[in-house]
Amino acid sequence: MLRLEPRQQASSTMRWLTPILAVAITMVMGGLLFAAMGKNPFEAIRIIFLDPFFHETFGPYSRSQLMVKAGPLILIATGLSIGFRAGVWNIGAEGQFVMGAIAGGAVGLALHPADGFWVLPLMTVVGALGGMAWAMIPAFLRIKFNTNEILVSLMLVYVAYNFLAAMVTGPLKNPDGFGFPESRSFTSVDSTHLPMIYEPLGMHAGVLVALGIVIAAYVMMERHLLGFQIRLTGESPRAAKFAGVNPAFIVAVCLGISGALAGMAGLFEVTGPAGKLTTNFPVGYGFTAIIVAFLGRLNPIGIVLAGLLMALTYIGGELAQLSLGIPAAAISVFQGMMLFFLLAVDVFVNYRLVWKKEVK
Amino acid sequence: MDFSTLNPVALIASLIIAATPILLAAIGELVVEKSGVLNLGVEGMMIIGAIAGFAVSVETANPWLGMLAAMLAGASLALIFGFLTQFLLSNQVATGLALTLFGLGLAALLGQSYTGMKPPSTPRLDIPVISDLPIVGEMLFRHDFMVYFSLLVVLGVWYFLNRTRGGLVLRAVGENHNAAHSLGYNVVLIRMAAIAFGGACAGLGGAYLSLIRVPQWTEGMTAGAGWIALAIVVFASWKPWRVILGAYLFGGVTILQLNLQALGIGISAAYLSMTPYLITIIVMVIMSADRRRASLNAPASLGRSFHASH
Amino acid sequence: MKFTTTLAAAAALALGLGGSAIAQTKAGFVYVGPVGDLGWSYEHDQGRQAVEAAFGDAVETTYVESVPEGADAERVMTQMALGGADIIFTTSFGYMDPTLNVAAKFPNVKFEHATGYKRADNVSTYSARFYEGRHVIGLIAGRMTETNTVGYIASFPIPEVVRGINAAYLAAKSVNPDVQFKVVWVYTWFDPGKEADAANALIEQGADVIMQHTDSPAAMTIAEEKGIMAFGQASDMMQFGPTARLSSIIDNWGPYYIDRVQAVMDGTWTSTDTWDGIAPGMVEIGAFSDRIPADVQAEAQAAADAIAAGTLHPFTGPINKQDGSVWLAEGETADDGTLAGMNFYVEGVEGELPQ
Repeated sequence: MLRLEPRQQASSTMRWLTPILAVAITMVMGGLLFAAMGKNPFEAIRIIFLDPFFHETFGPYSRSQLMVKAGPLILIATGLSIGFRAGVWNIGAEGQFVMGAIAGGAVGLALHPADGFWVLPLMTVVGALGGMAWAMIPAFLRIKFNTNEILVSLMLVYVAYNFLAAMVTGPLKNPDGFGFPESRSFTSVDSTHLPMIYEPLGMHAGVLVALGIVIAAYVMMERHLLGFQIRLTGESPRAAKFAGVNPAFIVAVCLGISGALAGMAGLFEVTGPAGKLTTNFPVGYGFTAIIVAFLGRLNPIGIVLAGLLMALTYIGGELAQLSLGIPAAAISVFQGMMLFFLLAVDVFVNYRLVWKKEVK
Repeated sequence: MDFSTLNPVALIASLIIAATPILLAAIGELVVEKSGVLNLGVEGMMIIGAIAGFAVSVETANPWLGMLAAMLAGASLALIFGFLTQFLLSNQVATGLALTLFGLGLAALLGQSYTGMKPPSTPRLDIPVISDLPIVGEMLFRHDFMVYFSLLVVLGVWYFLNRTRGGLVLRAVGENHNAAHSLGYNVVLIRMAAIAFGGACAGLGGAYLSLIRVPQWTEGMTAGAGWIALAIVVFASWKPWRVILGAYLFGGVTILQLNLQALGIGISAAYLSMTPYLITIIVMVIMSADRRRASLNAPASLGRSFHASH
Repeated sequence: MKFTTTLAAAAALALGLGGSAIAQTKAGFVYVGPVGDLGWSYEHDQGRQAVEAAFGDAVETTYVESVPEGADAERVMTQMALGGADIIFTTSFGYMDPTLNVAAKFPNVKFEHATGYKRADNVSTYSARFYEGRHVIGLIAGRMTETNTVGYIASFPIPEVVRGINAAYLAAKSVNPDVQFKVVWVYTWFDPGKEADAANALIEQGADVIMQHTDSPAAMTIAEEKGIMAFGQASDMMQFGPTARLSSIIDNWGPYYIDRVQAVMDGTWTSTDTWDGIAPGMVEIGAFSDRIPADVQAEAQAAADAIAAGTLHPFTGPINKQDGSVWLAEGETADDGTLAGMNFYVEGVEGELPQ
């Protein structure tokens, strides 16, 4: 019968082959799904994956939106992947995203109408600190009380959503806004407007920062002692302890970094694409980033590709809604399937399928 | 502030209804975790149960068939998770999250044509004398069948885990899957059964939401109930009776904060809405801080992949 | 599901008419919730269908539902404009900035923003005087309540919602001096779970009439179950509360939408601000349930007629603000400006307005 046998060594071919395999299988299964819904599967797949790049009317605009969508995903996922590699599961990145935006945004609003190139960098730093502080709560509770950080960080997401509502209906509300629950617009004032570096590709400053962070993360994880300690903690906590790694320190560092990056992403979002603090600027990047992290195999380079792929399914999905009437829910199913298939074929990295006769 | 309009009897009745879906999902997840598996996909299984239960109820005009369908749907989705984690040895945290995402999307897709429909109503309990008792009657004895059933499930789970051989084996698998394996027990099969049970319970909890509590179908209607259920299992230190306490506590805080708002309490509605989640965190901290009690109850193999080496 | 048939039909027609050179006008609709909410977005879609019925092959409509307010909305609107839309209806307040941003990039496309207040050369705003409807149902509520407590499920503390609460309260109070209003803020336009919970909480507080400014029929369903009274919001909601439903406020966007599309086709479209109520038919009062006694029905109908005729304004003094200060003197009516920015409760409404 078919058995899974551990490989002597993790297969490096499989490592880069599996994501491609997973995407291919998803395309097939997704196509079947669309066919079951009465749509032309080939057309649907083409609209989702190819049109955003190549369509003559929609292409230029869609291409520019790809990085806008992928930027925050990549930034947050990079931070999360560092923690995941250490076995520190930050599921509350969405909450840190929101808190970072509120913290940095509040500074920007307090300084209004200040002018100067230093305003936005200050907001960014405060945003990162805000997200980090929010992530330190589950970190502290895990270190001190051994509380599961998955559930604490997750509960804090809901707290953050409500805190956002409280802030935009109260202290941070735009005094010239007729009582509507939103802050002043950040994009209407130059000093708080996230600059667009290269419009055709949608590269705003936040995207550049994200790419910079990816490089820094790669260097840290592969070449720096801290990165080694993080990876060791994840692969063998016992060995890490013997090597003198302080587990509490690793937990704090991992949650701190992922919280800071998520907070920064939040700040970029409200000073750029969203433009202001409202009750619904968070669209779930914190959760999608988790998928991006896994899809990218917890590796900074992989995360860039995975982020772009996810962004593609979002943008392509919207085009499919407009042209074919495929409901938004179908795209979520698609994304969920992609992750399932990736996790499924992942096993072939460390195990191999063999046909073994039962030995009696 | 005029407290005279507050109706404690109706409040407690509401609390019980609010708590029941979480109770069902939590007790199912407790069994799963006792076998050593951490299934974070509770939210996905609940919402699949919600739509399956709703759709079948509407199509057959029979709420009971709907509930059955919900259990089957939840179990099926859970088995996907089971297959990936037990046979293909995938990471349990990631797979659970994928299950949630997939479940939410699939439910939304299936539910497209069911938005805005009214499901057949479920009968309420009506025992001749007892249901008409002045205070206690309305509070405890006029609920729908599922409320009482959920309590029976908890009783059943307690009995199974603590008084039967099957339960002992399941707990053994959760504590030390290698030892259980060498004793000849089929770890994978036992875990698959537990996972399926957890899925069925979560599905039933979801159906309760769409058929009784709201009752309507909407995309994303579980609104985080699955995550709360996971927290309640920790809160309960993996003990069945404590799950009831946790679910009712959470349900109570949710209902209470709305009532406080209606009373005109000065605290902003947004802050009041945070309270259930903050209280859950505080309680979880208290539970896990007590290392002796906590560690005695968390199954030792929780979250670790089992691979039989021959 | 409806969307595919619409588009397929339109496409088939377009292909069929391939020979004739009718330049089709394209109208796009952006909804904040699902069309199946049977509330706000449902009624806008009814308006869209009215446009299709009125113009037939001359107009092609497309829509996207459940579009979050913010960057995603901007993208959807841009894609609609790129796809050749001549006029785009954006049906939620939160779409304001995205609408203006996209309008700036596509000066030849007309935009209609619902419930907003910012306009541009190619952006109009429109809204309905829902508060007129609230006055009528407030009268009914004041007369029908037996516990003298009316429960109000409110979404966000924005002027439109506050206007509704104030108008309903004033009307109820005018026929029933002992009436009390209890308000619960759910901070969402559409969340049946939360709305159901809020309805229950209000009922537990003694309310026997429920009003809502949220988009789903959940509250009506709970009212039906618990045997109390409620009003349909944005759509009739009769099927959810056969005995509970007393009346309803129905948003009727069809006539306005048809007007605007016609203007685009005729080339007479200009940027306007429309705020219509009962008189032009944008706000409809749903049929009165038999549960309402004949004299109350007559009273409510008379009020609706008076509002339509312009002889009755729901905000006529003397009215004080909640803090006791004078707002309107005897006989004075509120001007549109104050109403548009209303951020205070009138005297007698309990509780604090979240600020």
